[in-house]
Amino acid sequence: MPVLTFARGIFPPHRKSASQALPIEQSALPSEVVILMSQHAGAPAQPLVEVGEKVLAGQKVGEVEARITAPVHSPVSGTVSAIDSCPCASEGVRRGGRITIKVDENQTAAPSSSVEEVTPDSIRDAVHEAGIVGLGGAGFPARVKLSPPPDRKVDTVIINGCECESYLTADHRVMLEESESVVDGALLVAQAVGAQTIVVGIEENKPDAIAAMKRAADGRMSVVALKTKYPQGAEKMLIQVLTGRTYPVGKLPSDAGCAVQNVQTAAAIHAAVRRGTPLIERVMTVTGAVKNPKNLRVRIGTSVQSLIDQCGGFSRTPGKVIMGGPLTGVALPTTDVPVVKGTSGIVVLAAEEVSEASAEIPPCIRCGRCVRACPTFLVPSQLGLLAQNKMEDIAAERYHLFGCIECGSCAFVCPAKIPLLQLIRSAKSAAMLGGTTR
Amino acid sequence: MAEDRLVVSSPPHITSDAQTSVIMFWVVAALLPVTLYSVYIFQARAAVSIIMAIAGACGAEAALQSLMKQKVTLSDGSAALTGLLLALTLPPMLPWWMPLVGGVAAIGLSKYVFGGLGFNIFNPALVGRTVLLLSWAQYMTTGFFEKLQVDTITGATPLYVAKQVRDGLVRYDFAPLHKQYLLANPYGCIGEVSALLLLAGAGVLLYKGIIDWEIPATYLGVVVVWSLVFGADPVFQVLSGGIILGAFYMATDYVTSPITPKGKLIFGAGCGFVNMLLRFYSGLPEATAFSILFMNALAPMIDRFTIPKPFGWVKADAAE
Repeated sequence: MPVLTFARGIFPPHRKSASQALPIEQSALPSEVVILMSQHAGAPAQPLVEVGEKVLAGQKVGEVEARITAPVHSPVSGTVSAIDSCPCASEGVRRGGRITIKVDENQTAAPSSSVEEVTPDSIRDAVHEAGIVGLGGAGFPARVKLSPPPDRKVDTVIINGCECESYLTADHRVMLEESESVVDGALLVAQAVGAQTIVVGIEENKPDAIAAMKRAADGRMSVVALKTKYPQGAEKMLIQVLTGRTYPVGKLPSDAGCAVQNVQTAAAIHAAVRRGTPLIERVMTVTGAVKNPKNLRVRIGTSVQSLIDQCGGFSRTPGKVIMGGPLTGVALPTTDVPVVKGTSGIVVLAAEEVSEASAEIPPCIRCGRCVRACPTFLVPSQLGLLAQNKMEDIAAERYHLFGCIECGSCAFVCPAKIPLLQLIRSAKSAAMLGGTTR
Repeated sequence: MAEDRLVVSSPPHITSDAQTSVIMFWVVAALLPVTLYSVYIFQARAAVSIIMAIAGACGAEAALQSLMKQKVTLSDGSAALTGLLLALTLPPMLPWWMPLVGGVAAIGLSKYVFGGLGFNIFNPALVGRTVLLLSWAQYMTTGFFEKLQVDTITGATPLYVAKQVRDGLVRYDFAPLHKQYLLANPYGCIGEVSALLLLAGAGVLLYKGIIDWEIPATYLGVVVVWSLVFGADPVFQVLSGGIILGAFYMATDYVTSPITPKGKLIFGAGCGFVNMLLRFYSGLPEATAFSILFMNALAPMIDRFTIPKPFGWVKADAAE
């Protein structure tokens, strides 16, 4: 049987071998954690604690009333040492405040309890109370995804185990080591949205994960091997590959009758419903130019520097420290940044692997590689040109600017090394300021 | 602290190893067998033309970039490739200075008048060839054949004969010519010396993903269909008049052809159509260069009308 995949896309180097065989390790208890109030799409949380207050591990420390938001919890017991606004060190760190907590030597957990009667409503409530957001990176609050509008029938739950970004192996390890939790989480998601079908999509470069998930699924859901191609794990591509359905720009997966959750999100939903555990830690890969790459279970709010230290420090002079994968992640200006719920990994690129962005944008030779790479059928070279000429309205109206899913495939393949994704993003923000959305 | 040296830039943070210069290198590499073979067949005359055309193109690029205080980008290989492509479209025995002039015209008139790499509308090599054709027509066309005394039957080029055959004026069997055009054709331009070697190079470029299949496919497809419909010998029509060189190496020029897949199909078909039209209904039997230049002018418009529909496009979307 041919392996399923979408049209176009790219084949970046995998670079997963350094960490894919390493079991998940619990990261060391940090001396301090910094909890950001906005680790999700939507309204930032408001602090519920005050400076000097004692908090327990798993205690809720921030929330706000809004449809699209998620509460945040302390992953440690300790004392609140500061509450201030976050300097917005990176794109991944959104606006909003932060709570700094000095960590106690002896850890005490807040009481927690499992959901007694599991119903769609109780699942949604537990998921929200646990502060669960999409752990694939987008950080969309999971409760919203579990609450499709009544006029839309969601019949299929898709569990995203693609992990199509280079370097990252955290989801791979979770599927191997916690397959039962992922499967149970998937069943809970299906119950919450009222779906009959569950499909787990995994890239075929993880045969052990496919086997482990098939065993755990035990016929209750299908586990499908997908071609190893980027961006296989992008929501639109994954839905099309597994169900044949597509939806236009501006619509949601629920318009195609689907709800997509990352494997770690599914495992977190399992923990929240069955054990009452809030989302206070997650598995991430710390790899690249570090001495001992690892898959670490990290408390949210731990600093990036302390994770690099736990991996033996830099193995070569660092050129870039990326939060997330190298194709869509954020280059950090400093390692003194806390990890957030959406952090799937820390990838260090050595100085010799990094080229300074050139001040001038090189000329496009119109080779068309970006057109052949774009999984959403755009003309990225033209979008880049329009962005440079501040013609974002034409880009939006004629060249479908907002169809871009920002996967970066165009910039990856560009032989002239034009920063196409950056140009397209700038055009998008300019167009949104100008009021154009299509 | 290591942090001072951390580079902050927009993703993606890794890129493919594709480079403009590597692409140009592969095209030159694909043309190398036919180039070397042409030197073997035509000896020093071809070698001088090739060297002079490349020298003219590279010299013009360096001079114009220095003059405009731009970074000199000879190392991207595009000027050298333009020179080589130009040389391959020339008869093998021009005065030594003529390919030099052609190379200068290719870069100066076609590329830098419009703003340099990526901005030219017309294929530089073909502009260079056209300048020479219009300036020294006797050297570029029949003069060449007369000097070589290759008259197949009536003192004209084989393509002219093909036109007369179509008009019922003469009868001629082209089949014996097929092998000559494929393997060793001493009566054409430098690059036409062996269609087989041109096709082999094109195969490499297609395999490496450096050129796409769309333009050559519809270009040659239209030539074949036209020949079949109007009673010409399709194999001879494809092999002669530089169509192989044009379809695989000239019409596929990135800068001067459409970028959308559908646009490439239309562009290739247009090249084939105009080519055959000029071949059979104009006084200009060697029409490949003009047909490609004509379609070059239409390429931006073709791109404009073939913008692909984005992922998940539905008709209702347009009405909203």
